[in-house]
Amino acid sequence: MINIKGLKKRFGRLEVLKELDAQIQENTITAIVGHNGSGKTTLIKCLLGLDKYDGGDINIKDFKLNGDWNYRSQIGYMPQVARFPENLTASEVITMISDLRIGSSTQAEELISYFRLVDEMEKPLKTLSGGTRQKVNAIVALMFNPDILILDEPTAGLDPVSSSLLKDKIQAEKASGKTVIITSHIMSEIQELADTILYLLDGKIFFDGPVNELIAQTGEKNLERAIAKMMS
Amino acid sequence: MMTLLKIIKYQLHDLLRGKWFIIYTAVFFLLTDGLFRFGGDPGQVSLSLMNVVLFIIPLVSIVFGTMFFYNSREFMELLLSQPISRISLYLGLYLGLALPLSAVYLIGVGVPFMYHAGIQTGSYWILLLVGVSLTWVFTALAFLIAVMSEQRVKGVGMTIVLWLFFAILYDGIILFILFALEDYPLEKLTLILSLFNPIDLGRILMLLQFDIAALMGYTGALFSKFYGNMFGSAVAVFALWTWCAIPVWLGYRAFSKKDF
Repeated sequence: MINIKGLKKRFGRLEVLKELDAQIQENTITAIVGHNGSGKTTLIKCLLGLDKYDGGDINIKDFKLNGDWNYRSQIGYMPQVARFPENLTASEVITMISDLRIGSSTQAEELISYFRLVDEMEKPLKTLSGGTRQKVNAIVALMFNPDILILDEPTAGLDPVSSSLLKDKIQAEKASGKTVIITSHIMSEIQELADTILYLLDGKIFFDGPVNELIAQTGEKNLERAIAKMMS
Repeated sequence: MMTLLKIIKYQLHDLLRGKWFIIYTAVFFLLTDGLFRFGGDPGQVSLSLMNVVLFIIPLVSIVFGTMFFYNSREFMELLLSQPISRISLYLGLYLGLALPLSAVYLIGVGVPFMYHAGIQTGSYWILLLVGVSLTWVFTALAFLIAVMSEQRVKGVGMTIVLWLFFAILYDGIILFILFALEDYPLEKLTLILSLFNPIDLGRILMLLQFDIAALMGYTGALFSKFYGNMFGSAVAVFALWTWCAIPVWLGYRAFSKKDF
């Protein structure tokens, strides 16, 4: 599904990704984990073409990333921090994006009621709380029914109710055949959601395999302990 | 193409909410109207406006342009994760600012002209042409600076330095060169040097229309000989628009390689 080969990215003198190789299978939930600054977000931004990488290849389905932008119509992206034009209201942002992506069907209405946002839609985004913005962010990522979902710390800042709503949604998306890529620092969440884990360390993949396998290999009782043991 | 038009539409929508545009229109409107009321004939009004146009338009376009670009950061990040090309986004942002800024200038100056003097010929049209051209040139430079510099304060600082350079320092440097090399024939050199400053190009285009080129002395006569005919004016206009095209192109190149 997604094939990454020898991916290199540096910011000035700082080498963030060092010839990283990885594969992401279709219809799985893959978690990218690693300590702060290990390159998780950079890797995601390379997939989206937001960051221009310095070397290597990325193939998504049969498409080789080369600066053409059409492939992004198959990707829904939820960035770590929701950044919107501050003067607009949530419903204006949704209308604008639907307008700019001609021909894509939208399920925005359904998602708005799912995330219980009906009352917040007409308020300017700058007045909304962090968690509410994060939900708007999730709607923008999900509303075009994309084949691939890329979620960068999706539950950060969400209250427990919204967080479980979002996690249910993620599992439902997988059940309907989607491929999901997720980053998180909450290991219990990853254990709950993810099939596969990509552990990033020093710009390379340190571990790549099913979550259960990692836990079994280390003989620990949960993912957090397993990773702690692997690191020591 | 459709995407480009839509991006322009949303930029307009966003800009028209700000009070900037009303103030900018009002300044030009009141100034032009006032100059007419103080009894100027259209020629004198154009001449007085010239100085304002040559200083204010570059300053406003370049400072407002950079700030606008920095403030659009969120909009860019949002759109770039959608299936939208960087070229339509960049041009959309550029046109979405340059078009309303020029429209505002045309309305602010054009409307009082219309009702005080009817449709004029000559200097009035050159005034409009130069104002619009300078808007496009300095908005393009503003975007170029904003793409190259991540830090806002540094970016805005650079725009002011660049404006000072073109509006004031450049002439000083030319004078210095002319003075230092006064023993040599400098006609060609002066002509060429004037091509490298968009504000000078605007000034030359206008002064020649007012038939006061002789006041500029020897070089003035030379300018009038060269720029005064159709060919010379065409060269000046072409040079002005090259001043717009090159920064837009360089800015896009930097934008297409930028990490968000």
